[in-house]
This record gives sequence, structure tokens and C-alpha cells, in this order.
Amino acid sequence: MSNINASGWRPTTPEAGESNAATATGNRALMLEEPLIFEIGSISKTGVDFGDAPTGTSRLGGLERHQDIGLPGLSEPETVRHYTRLSRQNYAIDLGLFPLGSCTMKHNPRLNERMARLPGFADLHPLTPVDACQGAFEVIDQLAHWLITLTGMHSVAMSPKAGAHGELCGVLAIRAALDARGEQARKILLVPISAHGTNPATAAFAGFTVEDIPATDDGRVDLEALKARLGPDIAGVMITNPNTCGLFERDMRAISDAVHAAGGYVYCDGANFNAIVGRVRPGDLGVDAMHINLHKTFSTPHGGGGPGSGPVVLSEALTPYAPLPFVEKTADGFRLVEEETAGEHHAGSFGRMTAFHGQMGMFTRALTYILSHGADGLRQVAEDAVLNANYILRSMEDVLDAPFAKSGPCMHEAIFSDKGLPEGFSTIDIAKGLIDEGYHPMTVYFPLVVHGAMLVEPTETESKATLDQFIHAFRSVAERAKGGDPAIRTAPHFAPRRRLDETLAARKPVLAWKEPVGAQAAE
Amino acid sequence: MRYLPLTPTDRQEMLGVIGARSIDDLFVDVPGVAQLDGPIHGLPLHASELAVERHMTVLAKKNLAAGDAPFFLGAGAYKHHVPASVDHLIQRGEFLTAYTPYQPEIAQGTLQMMFEFQSQVARLLGCDVANASMYDGSTACWEAIVMARRVTKRGKAILSGGLHPHYVSVANTMAKFTGDQLVTSIPTLSATPDTDDLIAQIDDNTSCVVVQYPDILGRIADLSKLAEAAHAKKALLVAVVTEPVALGAIKSPGEMGADIVVGEGQSIGVGLQFGGPYVGLFACSEKLVRQMPGRLCGETVDAEGKRGFVLTLSTREQHIRREKATSNICTSSVLCALAWSIHMTLLGEKGLRQLAAINHAGASAAAEVLAGVPGVELVTPRFFNEFTLKLSKEARPVVRDLAAKGILAGVSLGRLYPGEASLANGLIVAVTETTTKEDVETLASALREALA
Repeated sequence: MSNINASGWRPTTPEAGESNAATATGNRALMLEEPLIFEIGSISKTGVDFGDAPTGTSRLGGLERHQDIGLPGLSEPETVRHYTRLSRQNYAIDLGLFPLGSCTMKHNPRLNERMARLPGFADLHPLTPVDACQGAFEVIDQLAHWLITLTGMHSVAMSPKAGAHGELCGVLAIRAALDARGEQARKILLVPISAHGTNPATAAFAGFTVEDIPATDDGRVDLEALKARLGPDIAGVMITNPNTCGLFERDMRAISDAVHAAGGYVYCDGANFNAIVGRVRPGDLGVDAMHINLHKTFSTPHGGGGPGSGPVVLSEALTPYAPLPFVEKTADGFRLVEEETAGEHHAGSFGRMTAFHGQMGMFTRALTYILSHGADGLRQVAEDAVLNANYILRSMEDVLDAPFAKSGPCMHEAIFSDKGLPEGFSTIDIAKGLIDEGYHPMTVYFPLVVHGAMLVEPTETESKATLDQFIHAFRSVAERAKGGDPAIRTAPHFAPRRRLDETLAARKPVLAWKEPVGAQAAE
Repeated sequence: MRYLPLTPTDRQEMLGVIGARSIDDLFVDVPGVAQLDGPIHGLPLHASELAVERHMTVLAKKNLAAGDAPFFLGAGAYKHHVPASVDHLIQRGEFLTAYTPYQPEIAQGTLQMMFEFQSQVARLLGCDVANASMYDGSTACWEAIVMARRVTKRGKAILSGGLHPHYVSVANTMAKFTGDQLVTSIPTLSATPDTDDLIAQIDDNTSCVVVQYPDILGRIADLSKLAEAAHAKKALLVAVVTEPVALGAIKSPGEMGADIVVGEGQSIGVGLQFGGPYVGLFACSEKLVRQMPGRLCGETVDAEGKRGFVLTLSTREQHIRREKATSNICTSSVLCALAWSIHMTLLGEKGLRQLAAINHAGASAAAEVLAGVPGVELVTPRFFNEFTLKLSKEARPVVRDLAAKGILAGVSLGRLYPGEASLANGLIVAVTETTTKEDVETLASALREALA
């Protein structure tokens, strides 16, 4: 019985030893490798229980499927494990600061999720007879009302599916308004070079041509240059305010007045509305159309790249051209204005942009958020977002070049350049260095007007302690880059993957899984 | 204000570091006329979770949810059972609260999922490649028309009368501004789709023919002849699938020669949600991939040679190409694509084919029962899980009356094609695995009464 460990002894004093040893699995403790579903699943496996279909006459008209599709299945436990393992290879706002400038990664309240999942919203068909979905129309109407109130505009088009879709809505309304005036010759939209790439792409998609507006040295639109370009060929301007350098366009009212005087319209990219919500109303600045990214200002989740939601607030001048369908409040409740009823009051509408009513699942979340914060909370949202960004700006400007720091305070985001980094070091190295420090990097190389731009947006949902920790890490990484630390150039070292070969991915695109070529076929 | 961590002391300390006396100093660039001097007028002050939940619950209860009624609505959005694990997994914060995977080293979870989604979609639609998703089916359909114009350098698209009228409406809206020429029509209440008419219209200026499969009335027809006819004139065949579950029972458009296949993915993994967010599917042949819109994920290796995934071919996209981009699209619908992919993984080929068979058997049985009601005629003898009935009177008021009685009877063609007398008596009825025999009996007796 000598093999019985009667004393219960086990080693309890650790030794550090070799720390870089390879593992047999490729896993590194909690960092778990995960194959593709195509490598672990099979077409005969399933995670659902269906009985066999009752037999009866087939009405498939000879189109019955005989070939396999090749879709792998997994049991439920395998499925849950596969996606849980994948999830752990992602950074997320739930894990830490996500200072991606202009993308506004703020906390996503879970009450929003719960409200969107109420069966009365989540399990409601878009073509439900209007008398049976009055509550859904009421949500749309209430959200529309608050968006109009917060922006000081005349109306709002709720159906655009995302920010860029909202831009499209806005410029189509401008086109429709010009056409209604008989001014088909106005074909040029002026767009600052600092604009997000969607602005020129949207303008082109809608049949406009795009011309750049020059910027001043302090990072804002050059008002005099803009005025000089206005004329009978100009349809309008697309301006982001606060702009992508994180600055408020001081001359916005003068820009709007000049554009209006010259017969054009003002589109405002509202991506950065979160910096001014509750404090400034774009309607007071002469804006004709502005999309609101509900996933930015109003905290609906980004979900790894969508879905977004991009309602567009409109001035009185553009309201007659708003898209279909929309909800209208009447004495007998809410009704839906669609193609058939548009003729009565809304003959100028430019038409339908999407099959149904827009991103209802995002409307319920955004309304929940607005009601949670209220008027006082939303004002505090903007103030704290701006305060946090300026705190980072002033805590970093002695280490990194801050090209507009002398122009005054920033709004919700602080911008830095790669000036002062040694030969061979670039913005990307600071970004990848931050990954090893446990942070998602800032937006890099955007906007184009700043060389090697680093655009840092902390948002209002970060505590001072979190900001202080981030600043400590950001300063450390920036100083290592400035000092020429070669380890920074190969960072990240501790992420699930090292830097990935994007050139290879683009040169030989592999966009779908294929069965590995068998040994025989390879010969 | 439960979402704001800064304390008044924090704010004072931070203003000190910044060198500002008050928060107003940070808003000096905003002209005074545009500054509000207090909380915005009209909006109530902040509210507790409980108060907001009460408010929203009252609104939700004013709606007749699909699960609370015998339910037969389809026409582009379908009620299917979504397994519990799908919603659990998409609510993991690492998926829910991540951004577009611009830093691939710390976004492999989303990227690998996108790659798997693309692979699943391509196989299901019968194409070589698929993108990482679009806003929805209707916008994907318009993007396919634009892509066909880019590929063929021709400006005329022929849209089938069987294409969802809202999809046609979206295309008409856009074409007004882009100058694309669209040939459109409305469906007829007949057993077969307009395949022969479409073939007759293809000419040397045609960029593409756009056909829905199954179509708006639920009809299915072989696309092979249409594909051949389009290809003979060097035009493309664009197929639109609004009920992808069908492809578990019938051949895919890609297998029948479609060049671009787009669709609405909602019916797999994504709930009805009153119309959105949904998930647009977009697939095509490998040789067209550089003309494809939307985000794409590709396989590559990292600096140590390990397999990994990145966003790729972004030289097509707006952030690089600006006004020369293939599309202005910036986001896709990744969280819905994740739900789609998880649901499809749970189903697998076996589950999908069983699900499709159950849907078809249920719909076939329901069609027989309903066609037995006096005053009801089955217009579409060949269908998957959705069919069209012709009632002896106008269908739209019947649907309204039945909704008032708690029965969601289907989508009337009067709702989709207002003012079209030839379609006014048409009723589209969808039957899925969620529909019970009792539901069908309830609808049958309600129709019997309504049409008596």
C-alpha cells in the first residue's frame, strides 16, 4: 500500500522555469486554437432534432435537390464551444478601452438588448396589418420625435440601414430637390479631403461628381476657398461636423449661409454627433440633411461590423423628398405612408430605399438609450466624451505630435501624427504595440490630411482610472517607438496572431473553404 | 446616469490637467448661437432601468407578435424556429461589442466566422464565392444590378414580374438617379413564372435578367433555360432568393447557371424584427469577384506562418477608392451573419434538408386544406413553403378582418400591389415548421366564414 499518498502531499510552491515552450496542441492555456467548421463538422451531423417530414405529394416541380450542398453540421455542445472559442479571439468594448476614432466604441447597455428582444418587437412581421402593429409604429414615431428634437431639424427619414445608406438618402433628397427646381445642371458636390471615404463614394453612387474643398492649416474647411467655388453647377457640400480631425467647424453657419445663397444644400455627416448631442442642434447651423449613426451616438452594438442604422434628419426644404415608407400619426392612430398613399401628400418622395421599415431592432435599442439618459444625461454624454478626449490630448501632446493642439480644444477625439518617429517606424507600429499592452488601437492613417494619423476617441463611458492606465500604456509605446525599439516593429507578440500577410491575401484570394487537395491529386 | 463613470471630482481634476476652467471652455469653437444653455427642451430627464422597461413593454404589447397568433405571413420575411444557443452566442460581448475587424491580430473570432459564413453562403447558393453580407436582400438585389452593369458595360436590366415588389421599388428609386434602364412588370395570377417572357426580352443591350426563386407568389421554375438565353446574349443571370431554407429542398440558382445570386438571409438565424436588421446574401462566380461589392474576408498567414484571416480586396472599397469604389457600403450585417452562420452550423446539411422537407410537407398539406374552402383557389401548384390563393373576394380587407380576430392570415397582393385589380383577390400564404395543423384549421374555418 506504499503508493498511497497518506499525507496528501502535493507540490504547492511554483517555479518559473522555461516560459516559451511549444505545446503539442498549439494552444497556449486560455488562448485556444480553433479549426474551421468545415474541418470539424460533417454533412451527416446536426445540432437540431427534427422528426422526418410527413410523406405527401411533392409540389417541387422536378426541381428536387439530389446533390449534396456540402454544409457541415455540429451537435449543440460542439457548436457552442466552437463559437465561444472564436469569440475569445476578439477584442471588444466589453473587454477594455476601444479608442477607435470616429467609430465611437462606447458601452452597449444590456437593457437595450433586453428591450429589442421583447416578443412584441422581435417576433413581429414587417407586413403585419397596420392595426396589429401600432406599438411598433409608436416606437418609430417616438424615436423620430426625439431625433428631430435633439437635432432641431424638421423631419427624419428612418429607413436607411446604416450610415452610408443614410448619406445616400441625404444626397438623393438633395438631387430630388434640385431636379424639382429644374436645376439638373447642379451636379457637383463639394467634399473636404478629410471626409470619410463613404462621402465621395456615396456622391458618386448617386450620380454626382465630387470636388475637394481645401482645408486651412488649423484643420478646418477653408471658408473663402469654398465661397469662391460656389456657383450654378454646385449641388451642395458634404461636411462632417465635428470633423474627422476632431474639431468643430466654427464657420458652419457661414458655410451653410453661403451654400444656400448660391442655391445649394448642406449635407452634414453626423458620424460625430455624439460630441455635441444635447448641447448643439445641427438645425441651428443651417444643415439640410444629416445622418445619425444610431450605433455611434445612441449605443446600439457594432456587432463586429454591423448592422448599423442611419436615420436622416432633414430640413423643411428637403422634407418633401424624403423616402418611403414612413409612419404618420393621425387621429385614428398611426398609418404607414407607402407608394399607394404617397400620392396624396408626398408626391415628391424620391422613393423606397429598402424593402421594409429600416432597422427596427436598432430603433428599440436607441429609444431605450435615449429614455435612459434623458435630456440631462445626453448633455452629460457629450460633455464627458469631449472631456475624456481633451484629457488624452493634453496627456499625450508632449510625446506625440498633435498637429491641431494649438488650434484649441478638440471635441470627442484627439488626433496625433507620426512626425518625430525615427526612420523605419510608423503609426502602425504604435498601433500594434498597443495590442500587446491589452488595448485595441486607435484609428490609424485616417483622416488623410494628417500624415500617419492616429485618431483617438475614448468616449464618455470610460472612467478616469481607465484613461490613466491607457495614457500610461500609450506613452510607453510611443516612447519605445521614438527610441527605435526594434521589438515594436514586430508587435504584437502576445496576440492570438502575429501581423498578418495582407498582400498575400489580396494577391491570391482564398475567400471560401475548399476541400484540401488529396495526396494523389497533388502529384 | 448609470452609463457614465466619471465623478464630479474626476471632472474637476481632468479640467485641471487640461487647463480649462469649466466644460464650456472645451466648447469654445461652437458659435454661441448654436449653444443650448441647458438640457434640451421637451425630452424628459434620465430614467431608471425599471421605468424604461415599463415604457417599452407597454409599446411591445400593442403589437400582435407572430408567436401569439396563427401566423401565415411571408413575402420576404419568414418565421422559423431559431435554436436557443444562437441568441446566446451572438450576445457574447466579444462578438456583440467588437468593431469591424480592422486589427486582425485581435479580431480572428469575427474574421474566421466571416470566412465560414462566406463559405456556407457560397455553397448554399451554388456559387464559388460570397461576401461577408449586405444590409438586406433588397439592397443586395440593387447592388447585383449595378455589378452586372460594371461587368457587361451595359445599362439595361430586365426584372421579372415575380421579383418582390419592394425590391423592384428600391431598384426603381436608385435607377432614377443612376440612369440605369429597368424593364419591370407585375406578376399574373398564373401557375408558372414569366420565364418565357423574360427570354424573349433579352437583347444585346441587356446587362442582366433578375429573377426571384421561389418568386413572390411562391412559384418555382427551372432557371437553366433562362441562364442559357442570357449567356447567349452575353448578359448575366441574377437570381434572388428570399427564403434560403428552400435551397435545402430544391436545386440552387448557381447550380442552374446563375452568375450572381443574392438573397435575404433573415429566415435562417435572424428573427422577424419588423423588417430589420436583416442580412443580405451576395454570391457570384470566382471570375467576377473583383467587381463584387461589400466586405470580403480572405485566408492568409501571419508572420509565424500560422493560418489567419483578414479583410481583403479592399481596393474595391470606399475607404481606399473613395468616389471610384464599387459601392458606398461601409458596414455589412456581421452580427446577423453570425446568427445565420451559427444556425446553419446547428442545422448542417442534414438538419437543413429535414427542415426544408418539413416546411414543404406542411405547406403542401395546408394548400390542400385551404384549397378545399369554398371560394378559395390554389393558383400556384408548384411551390416550396409559400403559395398563392385566389379568393372569391378582395383579399386585403379579409386579411385586416382576420387580424382583428387574432389570425395573421398571410400577405394580400393588394398590400403589395395596391390598385392592381387583377391581383386584388390574391393572398400569399407561408407555412413553416412553426405552423401547426390547428393553425391551418383555424385559418381554413376563418376563410370559410369570411368568404361565405
